[in-house]
Formats: sequence, structure tokens, C-alpha cells
Amino acid sequence: MAGKPVLHYFDGRGRMEPVRWLLAAAGVEFEEKFLKTRDDLARLRNDGSLMFQQVPMVEIDGMKLVQTKAILNYIASKYNLYGKDMKERAIIDMYAEGVADLELMVLYFPHMPPGEKDAALATIKDKAQNRYFPAYEKVLKSHGQDYLVGNRLSRADVYLVELLYHVEELDPSALANFPLLKALRTRVSNLPTVKKFLQPGSQRKPFDDAECVESAKKIFS
Amino acid sequence: MSSKPVLHYFNARGRMECIRWLLAAAGVEFEEKFIESPEDLEKLRKDGKLMFEQVPMVEIDGMTLVQTRAILNYIATKYDLSGKDMKERALIDMYAEGVADLSEMMGQLIVTPPDQKEAKISLIKDRAKNRYLPAFEKVLKSHGQDYLVGNRLSRVDIHLLELLLYVEEIDSSLLAPFPLLQALKSRLSSLPNVKKFLQPGSQRKPPTDEKALEEARKAFKF
Repeated sequence: MAGKPVLHYFDGRGRMEPVRWLLAAAGVEFEEKFLKTRDDLARLRNDGSLMFQQVPMVEIDGMKLVQTKAILNYIASKYNLYGKDMKERAIIDMYAEGVADLELMVLYFPHMPPGEKDAALATIKDKAQNRYFPAYEKVLKSHGQDYLVGNRLSRADVYLVELLYHVEELDPSALANFPLLKALRTRVSNLPTVKKFLQPGSQRKPFDDAECVESAKKIFS
Repeated sequence: MSSKPVLHYFNARGRMECIRWLLAAAGVEFEEKFIESPEDLEKLRKDGKLMFEQVPMVEIDGMTLVQTRAILNYIATKYDLSGKDMKERALIDMYAEGVADLSEMMGQLIVTPPDQKEAKISLIKDRAKNRYLPAFEKVLKSHGQDYLVGNRLSRVDIHLLELLLYVEEIDSSLLAPFPLLQALKSRLSSLPNVKKFLQPGSQRKPPTDEKALEEARKAFKF
């Protein structure tokens, strides 16, 4: 049994990207097995490796975990990125779920039918500017601390920073009115593990381009 | 400040029902403040009680929590329905997310345009029959225990029970091929707190009726 977690997914961001970010931020080395064809997916299904016949799937500590939130929760707990007690966890969960709501739209965006893209982009920009970014800016303003919860790094910070980068790709001026979010992003980006992940050559995936979208369609059709 | 949790939502199942189930199963009494008009929702927003301007929202232990999963996780942890360690929690989370995926499909039915409804119901039945129910039957078969994880009640048993009842509402024959799920359903339904919650007069909500939904859609514009 490999010591490193093994990530099973296609070679793109999709729903696996938050897992890559969190492992990387935690300083955990991981391997990736990319699905390239429908047969690759069929093989995993036939092996009984996918509880609900879906990826992402991560082999970790003897488990074959599916469901992105289950995977993220486990990694966060194991690497101490989940607060110091039940109440901090509740706040972290609340913040992370908010990020997840917007991040899901963002990660799905490249894979949408072309006719729906304009409306989707407008929704993403609107929600970022008027609902989500103000909410997190307000949290940082309320306590003036360096991190969202409990004055130390948690999964919520990592997830939010990932979101900030992704939204900025779609809307370059997205962070203009959010100085505290910008500062958080800079701070988290300078942590050694995150800094390394942000360099070229890391396992961070680029924006899902047309080729990637085509490939995913083939695998999952 | 009330010592009981206070649930803020519409007088409907929606995204709050799983929370009602979990609190009830844990034997926790709770209050409900129903949002009946757009003004009610606006007031909660203006008061700064809704972090993302959305409900469900639950006031509990001095916190004003939004996001269904955050609320469920807190309740489960507090009342010891979250497994005994990290690994049990991972399994519980994985199973619960599967339940949530099928529940989400069912939840979307009420806002599905009439001409797409039949196809949607077909898909739900197919997924229940061929993906989700077999997966959970397989778990129970693999260990032969009375509960899904760790040989004791956890939140995912309750979430699954709720789901099985909704599956039955759509088509009562769907459970027929799954004897272990049927046994789990009976066993859980007999637990005192669950039994009580299943009685008429509890805070459990009925299926959303078409007329009430139509009025709500007009008022809240969704």
C-alpha cells in the first residue's frame, strides 16, 4: 500500500482541484492517476472502487474515498486544518460551504454548453461581488486577524484563496474592492507549501481548456 | 436567549428537513420561526443574520449558523452521531454525501418545469434503483451490522431513513429488492425518538403541495 494518497480523476480541475490545493497546503505529497478514456472509468467502476460509480476518488490510509466533501473533511481533520473544537469547526464549515457554492459554479463553467456561458459568467461575477466576497471581507474586518477562524490557518483559508484566484481568472478586477481578501491571499500564497504549489510544474491544474473539456465529455458520456 | 435551537426557514421540507430529522433523532427539542413573507426574509437579511443571505439558518449555542452541512455536522458532533474517530467520520461523510446527491435530485423536482418532470422522475428512479440503494444495501451486507458505520447509530442512518421514506413516496416498489435496507428502515423507525417524530403532530413536514409551492414561487420569486 502506497504511503501517498492517490487521486483518481481526469487531467483537469473539475471537482478534484480543491483536494489538490488542500493536500498541497498541508504539505502532503500525492500521486495522480488520470482517467483518459471511458474504459478507464469503466475499469474503476468494475473494480468496485467507486461507491457511487463516480470520481473524484482518493485512495488514502487504506480507504477508497469518494464524494469531494468527505475527502476534504478527512484531509482537513488529519492535517489539523479544521479548527480546535466543535464550534470552530462549525464556523469553518459554514465558511467552506459558502466557498463551495461559488467554486462549484466556477469549476463547472468551462464545461457548460456555449449558449449558457454568458449568463453563467454574469451570475458568477454578481455573486462574487455582492454576496460572497463581502461576506468574507466582513469576517476578516470583524476580528482583524490573519486568518478566517481561530487566528490560524484552516481549510477555509485555503479554499477561499483558491476561489479568489479562480474568480480573478474570469474577472480580473474581482478583488478591487476587497483589500482584506487581497491581503489574505498574499499571506496564504507566501506560506512555503502554497508558494511551492503556485509555481509552474506543480500539480496545480490550469483553467480547463477546450481540449480538457472534450476529454472529460468523452470519459463521462 | 432560548436554550433550544431555533430553526429559521419556510414551513416546508426544503433544505431544513434533514436538520429537523437529526435533531429529533438526537432527542433535541427545537423551535421554529417560519418565514411566511418576503418581508420576513428581508428582515433576517437586514439584521445581518444570514451570512450568505440564505436560509436554512439555525441559532444554536450562541451561533447563527447557515449552510445545511455546517449545521448538520455541528449537531452530529455535539450529540455523538459522527462516529468514534476520523476514519469512521470519513465513511459517514461519504455515505451521507451520496444520500444528499439523491435527495438533491428529488428536491429539484418541485422546481422542474412540468414538461421535464417525467424524465426527471425516471432518472431519479433509475439512480435510486441502480446506484444509490444498491450501494447502501452492499454496505449493510458487507458487515451484517445493525447500522451503517461502527455498529452504532450515526447521522447517516437517519439521513438514509429519511431518504428511503421519500423514495417510497415516489414509488413504493423501489425498496422491494433491498431487504437489508427495509430491515434498517424498520429498526430505525422503532427507535423511541424516531418513532415519536414519525407520529402525526410532530415537527416533521409533509410533502410540499402544488398550490402552496405556486404561492411561494410568486411571493419569493424563484
